[in-house]
Amino acid sequence: MEIGLNHYLVLSTILFAIGLVGVMRRKNLLMLFFATEILLNSVNISFAAISHYYGDLTGQMFAFFVIAIAASEVAVGLGLLIVWHKKHNNIDLDSMSTMRG
Amino acid sequence: MFEAVAFYLFAFLTISMFYIAVTTSQALYALSALAAGMIFISAFFFILGADFLGAVQIVVYSGAVMALYAFGMMFFDTTRDVKEKQGNKAIVIGLSVISAVLVVLIVSAPIIGSNIEAFYPVTEGAGNVQEVGMVLFTKYLVPFEVAAVMLLVAMIAGIVLAGKKMDLSLTLMNEQEILEMREESKSKKVLP
Repeated sequence: MEIGLNHYLVLSTILFAIGLVGVMRRKNLLMLFFATEILLNSVNISFAAISHYYGDLTGQMFAFFVIAIAASEVAVGLGLLIVWHKKHNNIDLDSMSTMRG
Repeated sequence: MFEAVAFYLFAFLTISMFYIAVTTSQALYALSALAAGMIFISAFFFILGADFLGAVQIVVYSGAVMALYAFGMMFFDTTRDVKEKQGNKAIVIGLSVISAVLVVLIVSAPIIGSNIEAFYPVTEGAGNVQEVGMVLFTKYLVPFEVAAVMLLVAMIAGIVLAGKKMDLSLTLMNEQEILEMREESKSKKVLP
């Protein structure tokens, strides 16, 4: 059986849905970061698959930049989380509603 | 045949690992499952012939990002169970699937609709790493440099944010000192 582009796109959809479920049901901010990593990775798969099936390198280039953005997001996000945790001793989303007005 | 077997095996492994990462209540289980899923995803890149991308995926995600998370988790109390939002599960899952399908449709509709031509076609007789190098350092040189500056900014931001009060340790201080420190930082209003 031949594996085509659609197989990879369906797999990417499933992983994206898993990541979205994670984003919606998690309350802990560290777990929320894990879910965003899953989202970025699922998009990377579809980029690489499209790049392969159309003989074009642009998809792989975009995947590289997505990886770079994910790495910097983790660095800044974890720094902010550590600052927040030192001040408030928790990293729950509910404790961050001070801007509600 | 080999490709199909590898695809289905790694698809099953990746989906189950990410499912564990999303649903477990233990932070450490989620971290290890996420790291395993990242490595399994690099298998897809190797199947697709994007060797360099697969190597970068293993090095950056399983190496750098996961190590960063592991270090970050040392600051947090990871032994207690993670509380979760109480919501209607059917609505959450339905909305997620619908939006994921929408995203893929939006991205892939122009590809299916028209027979696109390769913008930067694969060169014959060159390995994947060579091709990536040729395209990255000619067509994508400016974005590459901008990404380098962005990583530098992120590194400095991480040092500045996490490096504050590194001389103080919450585990060595007693409750009174911790409360005093929190009161002091609240009066300064650096961060809300």
